[in-house]
Amino acid sequence: MSEVKLSGLSKAFGDTVAVNQVSLTIANGAFVTLLGPTGAGKTTILRLIAGLEQPDAGDLVIGGRSVVRDTPAQRNVAMVFQQYSLYPHLSVRDNLAFPLRSPLLKTPEDLIDRKVAEVAEVLKISHKLNNRATNLSGGEMQRVSIGRALVRNPAIYLMDEPLSSLDAKLRSDLRIELKRIQASLGATMLYVTHDQIEAMTMATHVGVLDEGRLVQFGSPREIYEDPVNLYVAGRLGQPRINVLPADMFAGAPTGAKTIGLRPEHISQGEGKTCNVRRVEHLGDQIRLHLSLEGHDIVTLSENRMDYEPGDTVAIQPRKPLFFDASGARIA
Amino acid sequence: MSSYSITEPSSRQKWAAGTLVIVYAVITLLPLVWILTTGFKSPVDAIAYPPKVLFEPSLEGYVNLFTTRTRVTPEQLESLPPPASWYEQIVRNRDMVIAGPSRYGERFLNSVIIGFGSTFLSVFLGTLAAYAFSRFKVPMKDDLLFFILSTRMMPPIAVAIPIFLMFRTLGLSDTHLGMILLYTAVNISLAVWLLKGFIDEIPREYEEAALIDGYTRFQAFYKVVLPQAATGIASTAIFCLIFSWNEYAFAVLLTSGTAQTAPPFIPTIIGVGGQDWPAVAAGATLFLVPVMVFTILLRKHLLRGITFGAVRK
Repeated sequence: MSEVKLSGLSKAFGDTVAVNQVSLTIANGAFVTLLGPTGAGKTTILRLIAGLEQPDAGDLVIGGRSVVRDTPAQRNVAMVFQQYSLYPHLSVRDNLAFPLRSPLLKTPEDLIDRKVAEVAEVLKISHKLNNRATNLSGGEMQRVSIGRALVRNPAIYLMDEPLSSLDAKLRSDLRIELKRIQASLGATMLYVTHDQIEAMTMATHVGVLDEGRLVQFGSPREIYEDPVNLYVAGRLGQPRINVLPADMFAGAPTGAKTIGLRPEHISQGEGKTCNVRRVEHLGDQIRLHLSLEGHDIVTLSENRMDYEPGDTVAIQPRKPLFFDASGARIA
Repeated sequence: MSSYSITEPSSRQKWAAGTLVIVYAVITLLPLVWILTTGFKSPVDAIAYPPKVLFEPSLEGYVNLFTTRTRVTPEQLESLPPPASWYEQIVRNRDMVIAGPSRYGERFLNSVIIGFGSTFLSVFLGTLAAYAFSRFKVPMKDDLLFFILSTRMMPPIAVAIPIFLMFRTLGLSDTHLGMILLYTAVNISLAVWLLKGFIDEIPREYEEAALIDGYTRFQAFYKVVLPQAATGIASTAIFCLIFSWNEYAFAVLLTSGTAQTAPPFIPTIIGVGGQDWPAVAAGATLFLVPVMVFTILLRKHLLRGITFGAVRK
């Protein structure tokens, strides 16, 4: 495992700038998650690190050595593709053994057998080892593709939404399993996801991308509690952060255009009165959909269980985030 | 449920379709059956009118195909020792003796060398070219691909005379190498286009995965792309073989001895000692066998679908 350092990395495809001056250090043993909508450059960053794309500018250092001119094989990285990319003409066993048999590793066959069996055990695909790779369910394919990375001991694991195609149960199982494996191996991992729970629970660091630029990099809590701008604030949080005009509540700093209020950062009982439009009972929490001066607000009921649509409730901000006209955080 | 269904054709439709297919199959197979049976007829039965459907099978056609014979007088025939083999007996029944082997075997071997040689070369070069066109940024790619295709826009025989002169100057006339190069030149455009289509359909992710898994690009091509292109390679090989195996016009023009293939040779059998239709039919029947065997051997690769499903779209 190694430290991976990106400095000023840029890549454009024609007129589209996919990755714009990204600098980022992934410490040895860190689990870094990249968050961002489709087209933000997450996958391109993985491909640049893997060597599948050549950067237009910038440098990439793995384990203290610049690898910009290296082939993917020389970089010794493992990658899990979003589309599985299992070799369809090989069995599950041969798929898992494929990287170990490469000229890069040239693993002896008895060691291959042992490693493949180990990984198959962890990913619960031992009974499918002799299947053809095409003769699997989507979840099994995805696990084989994760397994193909895990059999190796690369400088860094790159994972492109590896759990996105799994059902909810398997996804949460594998999420915990992956985190456990990463922690026990001390593996360095760069992980792309849309999923907030994955980002928050697995990562030691989260990087938020917007149109190819890295807008914020920090611990999950930092990203959640202390976003640098409105865009970052909107990336995490379910239900999403409420964005309201800054003058709706007193106490806005000068220059503030909008106020960001996370649903759990709204206290009830005092303040402005709004109408309850809808009540959602989720079991462990109750979500209130409120309407205030034409704006929709979502919050969590603090103590009362018996709200009904049409009720009124007074609210005021507890930990407001203030943003200026450009969306930058000012307080 | 009634017998009507939107997905299943009605039994009458199936019956009609089946009949149509059978009629078509009979029409297309009839000439083959004719050739096959003629090969086992006696020369008299072969030209009988009306044609004989039932006849006494004979191997005379096959014996005549592989031998040259000379006529002898009954006295000479008497003086010979008894025939040593069944085929000598067949020949003697016609007042003839075997003078030696015919050239069919050599010509057949020439066809095998030239047909399979040019097929291998076309598919080999075609696969490499198709891979490059499919995966790399080739300057003027579209123009080059069009140029390659355009070589098929006229019948190849239209350039027969320049090729004849070229071959004579280069010393390629009547050589195996010359014919292999010529058939490869004709086949390669088909091979590149067909194979490019197949390779285009193989997702790049497989190679990318292999590159990351520690393989070089050539190893990735060899270990990952080639096995998945097997379907395309097999069907391309069949097309190439059928063309070069059956090619007649260039073979007549450019070969006469050493490198002559079977197609121009088979008709010449007629001239040897009367109109020997059974021998011609026997030659044609045997000539079908390699292409049939080759196609049957590659048949399992022709089934599509092995590459589908392992990449999520």
